[in-house]
Amino acid sequence: MNSTLTTTRTWRKKPVVESARMRWFLGIGVALYLSTAIGSMEVNWSRVYEGLDRGWAFVIAFTSPDFAGRWSDIRSGLIESLVMTVTSTAIGILLSVPIGLGAARNIAPRPVYLLCRGIIAVSRALQEIIVAILMVAIFGFGPFAGVVTLSFATIGFLAKLLAEDIEDSSKDQLEAIRATGASWSQLMNYGIQPQVMPRLIGLSMYRLDINFRESTVLGLVGAGGIGATLNTSFDRYEFDTAAAIIITIIVLVMIAEYTSGLIRTRLQ
Amino acid sequence: MAVSEVQGIKVWQRRDRNKQLSIWFGWLCGVALFMFCWKYISDATTWYFVVDAPRIIGDITSRMWPPRFSYMSELWVPIWDTINIATLGTLVAIVMAVPVAFLAANNTTPSKTIIRPIALLIIVSSRSINSLIWALLLVSIIGPGVFAGTLAIALRSIGFIAKLLYEAIEEIDTNQVEAISATGAGQAQVIAYGIVPQILPAFAGITVFRWDINIRESTVLGLVGAGGIGLQLSASLNVLAWPQVLLILIIIFVAVIISEWVSARVRHAII
Repeated sequence: MNSTLTTTRTWRKKPVVESARMRWFLGIGVALYLSTAIGSMEVNWSRVYEGLDRGWAFVIAFTSPDFAGRWSDIRSGLIESLVMTVTSTAIGILLSVPIGLGAARNIAPRPVYLLCRGIIAVSRALQEIIVAILMVAIFGFGPFAGVVTLSFATIGFLAKLLAEDIEDSSKDQLEAIRATGASWSQLMNYGIQPQVMPRLIGLSMYRLDINFRESTVLGLVGAGGIGATLNTSFDRYEFDTAAAIIITIIVLVMIAEYTSGLIRTRLQ
Repeated sequence: MAVSEVQGIKVWQRRDRNKQLSIWFGWLCGVALFMFCWKYISDATTWYFVVDAPRIIGDITSRMWPPRFSYMSELWVPIWDTINIATLGTLVAIVMAVPVAFLAANNTTPSKTIIRPIALLIIVSSRSINSLIWALLLVSIIGPGVFAGTLAIALRSIGFIAKLLYEAIEEIDTNQVEAISATGAGQAQVIAYGIVPQILPAFAGITVFRWDINIRESTVLGLVGAGGIGLQLSASLNVLAWPQVLLILIIIFVAVIISEWVSARVRHAII
């Protein structure tokens, strides 16, 4: 006992990666990657230095945003964004419900299941902006292309989560409804729908929020919304107008997030 | 559960009358709002183009096919740039997001009245603005290039990482923190030995998840001049070189699938 008291032993935290060789390997690998990655990045420091003034002007612009100068442009852009958000979320939900039902393994036959999962996978893999570029090429400039894009993106999100929720729903209730001799539509209406409805509404609200955020950039590729106005104001270095638009977007997103949070907590 | 009597027979209904009526009213308002919005979209649409769409789709597909694989030699550098934008952007975001998360979490913030709201405001502003808008802004400030793209990705990711991380910090087990502080540990030691080990798995998961999202987003940043494969995409679109567009789209598709696979594997290994 005495000997242990005289020698001082210090405790050290266990390393995250157990094997020492692996630690060295990872360390050197990360260092190598970082040095080549940073080395291959060409930064024009004089350009950055020149830009600092403009950056500062932009920060200053936030203290005096110019809402009035281009108010009519901002207003119509925002209304277009909001309208696109509502329309695309509604269409997205309408399409997501059948696809979500089809993508749930416990209620859909195998071929339908695979087809619906395929649609979801494609929708999730394609980025909104890329879809928007194709839609603009197909349908022409304007909010219609944006609505199609956002509706398509909504499917990947909503149908996937809905399908997972249906797969998690309680079997007992389904069996009980089935035992009364209910038809397929009655089974959906009385067995599935009450179980998944709160979550579906919550997810739809969340998606409404996401769609608004996305609708603000679709304008960059000509698919309608406030993005086009924002792009123009950056091109002209009208930072006070850009600041006004960004502040409006932030406030609207905050309101949307707050209300959707409120509705979601009330439902649960 | 509502039961009504119709001609002496009890009929079960799911909801009573008032509730049913209010639900119908809600639907009415929703449908009216939708129709109003649809009217707006419809007025702003040239329906001739929409009707013509199937022909255009056929036309574009025939122009796209086959993808121009010889263009691949010009794409290796942009692909490397795209991966760098996403990875370095995520790293820069982590450096900035971790302190913000600790300042925003209820149980670690030094001041609930002043610092916490500021940290939350940083998180909200970063999250509300899409990375393309950040890129647009940075390109006009510091000029086009990979650097602007990296910063744009970083600025957008701060809010995401900090939000999920501070929620993880708020959900930690307080017993462990108490045990550490009972040994006489200082504030920094409590964080290092009581909090960090608890949030490390969540942190790793969040980071990899965000890296996956960043790979997707960095593929399109080039559209506004912020480097990466999007530059080639927008150049090809501008000259209507559809076979090159198709090749780039295929590459982006593959990159997204690989990054999603990697992030799913890593998250699976951690959790």
